Amino acid sequence: MKRSRFPYIVTGAVLVFFYLPILILVVDSFNASRFGGAWRGFSFKWYVRLFHEPAIWTAARNTLFIALFVTFVSLILGTTSALALHRFAKTRLQRFHYTLIYTPLVVPEILMGISLLMAFVAAGVRLGMLTIVLAHVTFCISYVALVVLGRLQDFDFTIIEAARDLGASSWMATRRVLIPMLAPGLAAAGLIAFTLSVDDFVITFFVAGPGATTLPIRVYSMIKHGATPLINALSTLLLALTFTTVFVSQRLSKSVALEGGQ
Amino acid sequence: MKRLRRRGQEILLTLPSFFWLSLFFLIPTALVFILAFRPADPFGGIGRGWTTATIKGLADPQYLAIAWRTLWVSFLATAICMLLAVPTGYAVARVSERRRNLLLMLVIVPFWTSFLIRVFAWKSILHPEGFIKKILVFLGLVDPGASLLYNLGSVILVTVYTFLPFAILPIYAAAEKFDYRLIEAARDLGARPFEAFRKVFLPGIRQGLVTAVLVVFIPALGSYVIPDIVGGPGSELLGNKIAQRVFVDRNLPLAGGLSIVLILAVLAPLLAVLALQREKSRIEPPPADTES
Repeated sequence: MKRSRFPYIVTGAVLVFFYLPILILVVDSFNASRFGGAWRGFSFKWYVRLFHEPAIWTAARNTLFIALFVTFVSLILGTTSALALHRFAKTRLQRFHYTLIYTPLVVPEILMGISLLMAFVAAGVRLGMLTIVLAHVTFCISYVALVVLGRLQDFDFTIIEAARDLGASSWMATRRVLIPMLAPGLAAAGLIAFTLSVDDFVITFFVAGPGATTLPIRVYSMIKHGATPLINALSTLLLALTFTTVFVSQRLSKSVALEGGQ
Repeated sequence: MKRLRRRGQEILLTLPSFFWLSLFFLIPTALVFILAFRPADPFGGIGRGWTTATIKGLADPQYLAIAWRTLWVSFLATAICMLLAVPTGYAVARVSERRRNLLLMLVIVPFWTSFLIRVFAWKSILHPEGFIKKILVFLGLVDPGASLLYNLGSVILVTVYTFLPFAILPIYAAAEKFDYRLIEAARDLGARPFEAFRKVFLPGIRQGLVTAVLVVFIPALGSYVIPDIVGGPGSELLGNKIAQRVFVDRNLPLAGGLSIVLILAVLAPLLAVLALQREKSRIEPPPADTES
């Protein structure tokens, strides 16, 4: 039977729709003209100017620092949560626990931002790097927990039992068997937490306070104040970073899958 | 003894995340409902005593108009996303496996790129000096004086752009599991292609459709950055009003009151879906049960 070509045409159009704006932005970052639109020759001048903006580099350092810390804390909290959800799946406590893990995923960011801001103001906590970290961990836990939980559900627990039968203590079985086998799942979850933290703008904006600036907050104020060519250059650098990360992680997960399959 | 130890282990593993999410998610959310009944103090904090003036003030026509606009902008953006995501999800599920992995990558990568940058990209191409405007003027489709930016059209366009990948993935996941022999059977029995699509394929991927609608509609309701960057004064949504109460006039109780409206708007579709699914499973038990 002849299949309709319509869905494939729509798919092509959707992909053009996805990538055209990104492509134009990258091309414009090399455009000597201050306003996009007209091509005034190839130039690296926006990149050069970007390197002379200390505010951007401070923001980038803050962002990295926050993201590393958030990844570490949310990996611990998310993994313990996933272990509890997996091992004690049917208890009433875990059903409530699961709802608690799941709900932050369906709450719009702005609601989480405003509620955290109100809580910090009511408790008299000074807004800054600390409140950003607390907020980021809060939304990262759910993602980490669900990714690790997915991994645990494919996990063969008889291996742990075998380790215990051979005389390993519970802690040793966890450290020498469970964690190494969970490693790819932990890496994927960590990467997601890191990316979410680096990219978050809305929640950060609410809980940041005047002192602490992250890269998205910096980019936002540049957008608001019309520093267009600089954002093009910065965006291109970030896009290059993202594409490299995705490519490398694809390669890594592929090699892990190949090893696991043999 | 063993049961007690197991219970102890469970609590030990549950406690960290449970404690954290209670402290930084449950309590703050509850606090929004409480603080909306407190007066604002002149220093941008929260005053003493109780008042219902804030909640009553929400009946202001200005807020009603914005709540209504937020609803229909989100609805329209969701509808457009679905119109694009259903054919795309189908196409991705139907191509050869090598092509499918490539297509999936292409759909997922924009999801990994910075949200702000994607919104900004549109601001610069819709700009009066930008690419799209020049092409449209050249083709004689728009008036040189017309603005493509700062209106509801640009807000809806960028909302669709941002959330479309989230809609494609669940539909693809459902379309991949669908048994396409059912469509052939329907065609053999005389259904026209569109009829087979509507009466066999769409009900078959229902779960994917429901998820796709929710993952677009709910974040669209809370959307704030998109109307802030590519919208104008006539296209403000609830999210913008909440942010203005926080950052411009620093009235946290009023921001809380507006947030309650948003929470209720988000809960409504979620509860509707839950209720529908419960109803459905009561009327027709899942196929596995009918066979046994």
